[in-house]
This record gives sequence, C-alpha cells and structure tokens, in this order.
Amino acid sequence: MIDLSNIHKSYITGTNRLHVLKGIDLHVKKGELVSIMGSSGSGKSTLLNIIGILDIHDEGDYRLNGQLIHNINETKAAALRNKFIGFVFQSFNLISFKTALENVALPLYYQGVSRKKRNRMAAEYLDKMGLLDWSDHMPNELSGGQKQRLAIARAMIHQPKVILADEPTGALDSQTSYEMMDLLQAINREGITIIIVTHERDIAERTNRIIRLRDGNIGDDHQNGIKKETTGVFNRP
Amino acid sequence: MFDRDRWQEIWSVLKKNKFRTLLTAFGVFWGIFMLIIMVGSGKGLQNGAMEGMGNFATNSVFMWTQRTTMPYKGLPRNRRWTYTNEDIPVLRENIPELKYLAPRLQGGGYRSGDNVVRGDKSGAFNVYGDYPQWNKIDPVRILAGRFLNEIDIDESRKVAAIGTQVRDVLFKNGEDPIGQYIRIQGLYFKVVGVFEPINSNINFGGDKVRSIHIPFSTMQRAYNYGNNVGWFAMTAKDQYKAELIERKAMQILKKRHDVAPEDDQAVGHFNIGTEFDKMKGLFNGIKGLIWIVGIGTLLAGVIGISNIMLIIVKERTKEIGIQRAIGAPPKTVITQIISESVFLTTLAGYFGLVAGVFIIEMLATGMQQSSGSDNMFRNPEVDFTVAISALGVLIISGILAGILPARRAVKVKPIDALRYE
Ligand SMILES: Nc1ncnc2c1ncn2[C@@H]1O[C@H](COP(=O)(O)OP(=O)(O)OP(=O)(O)O)[C@@H](O)[C@H]1O
Ligand SMILES: [Mg+2]
Repeated sequence: MIDLSNIHKSYITGTNRLHVLKGIDLHVKKGELVSIMGSSGSGKSTLLNIIGILDIHDEGDYRLNGQLIHNINETKAAALRNKFIGFVFQSFNLISFKTALENVALPLYYQGVSRKKRNRMAAEYLDKMGLLDWSDHMPNELSGGQKQRLAIARAMIHQPKVILADEPTGALDSQTSYEMMDLLQAINREGITIIIVTHERDIAERTNRIIRLRDGNIGDDHQNGIKKETTGVFNRP
Repeated sequence: MFDRDRWQEIWSVLKKNKFRTLLTAFGVFWGIFMLIIMVGSGKGLQNGAMEGMGNFATNSVFMWTQRTTMPYKGLPRNRRWTYTNEDIPVLRENIPELKYLAPRLQGGGYRSGDNVVRGDKSGAFNVYGDYPQWNKIDPVRILAGRFLNEIDIDESRKVAAIGTQVRDVLFKNGEDPIGQYIRIQGLYFKVVGVFEPINSNINFGGDKVRSIHIPFSTMQRAYNYGNNVGWFAMTAKDQYKAELIERKAMQILKKRHDVAPEDDQAVGHFNIGTEFDKMKGLFNGIKGLIWIVGIGTLLAGVIGISNIMLIIVKERTKEIGIQRAIGAPPKTVITQIISESVFLTTLAGYFGLVAGVFIIEMLATGMQQSSGSDNMFRNPEVDFTVAISALGVLIISGILAGILPARRAVKVKPIDALRYE
C-alpha cells in the first residue's frame, strides 16, 4: 500500500539546511496498523506528511497504492488525498463554522457527491461514532474526545485506503485515548491501513507494528503482539 | 455557483467581521453611488440644455448683410447692401444640398411703443415676415388654427400667426382669436393661428411667445420693403453639413451683389450646427470626466475589497489548509474566494446603485413638480444601460479583487497552511 525507498527531506530556513529524513525505506502493507515513535524533532510528522502528500520529499521514490508520487500538481495531490487518505490530527482541525454533520460530509463535497447523499452518509458515520445526537452542534460545543471522534468520522466517510493519524490522542486524557484506540483498531479490522504517530508507549503497544525513528533513519521496526481491546466501543448503541 | 455550502462559507466569513466587512463594502457602495449620481446629474444638465433646442433643425445657418469692408468693382467700401427676392431662386437652383430656405424680414416699430392694437388692448411685439418653411427650421407647436402657408405668400394675404403671450395680451381669457382681426402698425391682419414655442433656448431678437408671423410677401408690400430680404435662414439636407451650404450661399450672394469675394465682414452669419456640436462636445467632455472620476472612486473601493480579502485569506490560512488536506482542489478554493469577493462587491454595489437611482428619481420628481419651462437642469436620469454596465463593472472588479487573494491562498503548501497559527 505504502512503499517508501530512500526518502530524503530537508528543511531550509534562511541559510540553514536541516536534514530531517535521511533515506527512509518503509513498506506498509494493506490492512496494517502501524505506529511511528521517536523523540521530538526526529521527523515523525515530516514522514507522515510526505505519506499523506501534504508535503513533498526531496529524493527517493514514494509509491501510494502502486502509483509513483512524483512531480504531481496540487490538483492531482488533492484528488489523491481525497481518494486514498483520511487524516486525524492532534488538534482535530475541524472547521469551526460548520456543524458536526457538515464537517463530516466535507470530503464528499469535494468529490461532488449530492448534498442529500453526503448528509445521509455523514449521519451514518456520526451514528457509528455515537455522535448522532450532536449532528447539529458546532465543534466548539464538543468535548476533546467527541471532537476526535468527529475527526475520525470525517477521515472515514470517503472510505479511504489509509488513515494517517498524527498524535491523535495527544490532546486527550488516557481514558479517552484508549477509547480512541479501540475505535482505530475496529476500523483497522475492516481492512483499512492505519499509521499512527505517537509518543505514548501504551498507545503504540496497541498497534501491530512499531517503527522507531532515530537520527532521520528507521532505528527499529518490529512486530508487536497486540494487547486486548477494552470493550466494543465501536458500534455501540 | 449557487450551492449552499459555498454561500454558507461566504456568509460565515463575512459575518465574523461585520464591522470591517461593512466598512469595506461602503467603499464600493460609495463609488457606485457617486457614479450614478454624477451620471444622472450630467444627463440632467444635458437634457436641460438640449431640450430647449430639441426640435430645432440643427444643421441650419443664418445669414444677414453688413457694410462692406473692401472696395470692389468700382464700388466703395463701407457700402450698405441688402439681399433681394431675386436671390431666392438663385440660391435654390445653385445649392442642391439645400433642404429648406426661409427668407425673413423683421418688422420695426415694436421698440417705439405698442405696435399692435386690438380694440382697447395693445402691446409691443416682434413682427416677422416669413415663409412657411420657417416653421420647419424652428418649429412651433400650433395650439389653434395653422401656421402660414404658400397661398398666404402667393396672394400676400393679411393673415398672422401669433404667440401665446400676444394672444393673452390682446384677447380676453377664453376668447377665440382665430378669425379675429388685429392691427399691426396701422394695418389689419386676420389671426389664423396661435402657437407656443418648442425650442425655448434658441431665440432671435425676442421672446417667441411675444412674436407675430405674417407672410413674407405681405410684409414687403405693406410696409414698403420693396424686394428686400432681411436675412436668410437655411437648412442643409440631413446628409450634409451646414458649413457646406453656408460657404456656397455666401459665395453666391457676394457675387450677385458685387461684394469682394474675400470680404468676410460683409456677410454676417451664424451656424447653429457648429454651436450645437460645441455644446455636444462639452457634454461629452463632462460625461467622460464623470466616468473617469466615477471609475476612480469605484476602483478605490475595489482595492479596499481586494485588501480585505487578502486579510481574510490570511486569517483563514489554517482552515483553507484543512480543506485542502481533506481533498479540496485549488480550483475549489479559488472559486470560493472569488465568489466571496464578487458577492461582497456586487451586493455593496447593488445597494449603491439602488440608492443612487433613488436619489436621482427623487430629484427628477421634485423637479417636475416645480417645473419652469426653461430650466437649465431637467429630468436627471439614469438609463438602464448605465445601470447594467455599472453592475457589469462591479462583477468584473469583484473578480479582479478576488484573484490576488485567491492565488495567495493556494500558493502555500497545504502542510504550511495546516501549521499556520
Ligand atoms: N516547515 C518547517 N520548516 C523548517 N523546519 C521544520 C519544518 N517542519 C519541521 N521542521 C523541523 O524538522 C524537524 C522534524 O520535525 P517534525 O515535525 O517532523 O518532528 P516530530 O518528530 O513530529 O516532532 P514532535 O514529536 O515534536 O511532533 C524538527 O527539528 C523541526 O524543527
Ligand atoms: Mg510531530
């Protein structure tokens, strides 16, 4: 699903050049649940953004679902993101003047899905997240956990192949964090590839594969015996 | 274009900064408002000036005689001379471009007290000897009876067409003047018509309402003008310029009366066409100026809009980043921002347009109620094409105002937009 080989990325600020990714090789198969760990500033977000085509690598080959991501314009990139990828951010990144329902429906709007159909689907996903009663609420009326569930619904609605989550639990307390992981695990069991960037060991423990970034390289990459799920939060009434 | 999400977004963005939006919109409002007011007033000024000469045959020329300033063919300088009846057929035959030719005479007498009497009423009026063609050159509105005709000329009838004020002075209120007799400098004339002037802004020697027209031939005979012609009024056919017949007629008349061809002082002449063109030029100049100033004001407003759109786009950087991250293509973002700009510009401009037209209409109705017939400012108006083109200008300026901010919005990488705080 995701094939990275020899990916380099540097940031240039003024006269300084910061070499963040120094030749990353990484292959993630369809249906994997992967976590990326590493110290602050090690390039986790940078890597995730390149995978999400939000940013462009300097060197190396990146194939998403077999397609080489090279020299593509922003229109094409937007279309690819819209087709393959769902994002979950630490700071939720919900649109403040749209209701919960409208936020969830937004990716479908860019696909040109009719209003009626996308609202129906949005309601369905809100229901899965247990947020149906909050459809008409604005994001600032929701708790952190609710916001993140909303963001997950938005990341799911266009049925992407990959969900990229950059510290999805970073702004949540541990109880809510576990609920979030339950959700992501449930989604993963439906066959969706998920990559999670996290600092938290217990979050990473709940993924199948843990990748550690060190000095711009992959320092460690091992399969993980997954811990059990707490309860069936997904599909709860 | 008209989808709900887009409008919702436009609305929420503008609503977030009500005061600033209002101030910016005011720039465009004011621009279009001023443009409409100025265009309307300019039109009013033009209407006022033009209406007073609306029906006058504008490619007309008037020609009279003055003392010669050069000796010629043994004749001395400073000689008095006059046109004669014999000139009339010669002019007609030799100037094919001539449409109307009206020889005229102006009677004397009105300066030395009342020259026209009826019973115990009397007044001092201008008396003209005219051909029926005069009424083609400077048309009047006939209120009763008729103007002079060819038979009046041929038979040198003692008939008269009188202006409204002549009627008011000589006749009792409600009395029918047609068929009645009035005495003009001792001779009785039958009134055959009453008229009121149409082209009130063009006068020759006196107010038209105080004028009496009698047949040209009658005036010559009855008041001993011999075969003298006081002056010629002539109109060129529509496709020709008045200067052409002016030049030709002067040449012919000088030749016939032994006036030196280069003696320009000997023929007095006045060309309505040139005057009219000057006036038109003046109004076109005013119009041009109005549009320049108006568009300038509007432009200032539009630049304001562009400016605020830039600020809005900057404030929304993160939000636009989110939209792009979840799949909004640049085209969608660009159309969104341009729509906002067009919406703001057009809405503000529309109110300006409505307010401007409202004020102009108020002025126009106010003016109609207090109408004097010779107002220099009349019927200010905004025609439909002006309003439509103003709206067109607005929409285009809205698009232009939106382009820069829209390009700015998609220029940043989505990731940088997302990181923006
Ligand atoms: N746009 C940028 N311009 C310049 N330098 C950048 C930019 N983005 C990131 N960096 C730098 O690149 C390095 C890696 O950043 P990145 O955000 O990938 O780290 P991270 O592993 O996600 O860290 P954290 O755990 O704190 O989120 C950091 O040193 C950061 O300062
Ligand atoms: Mg990070």
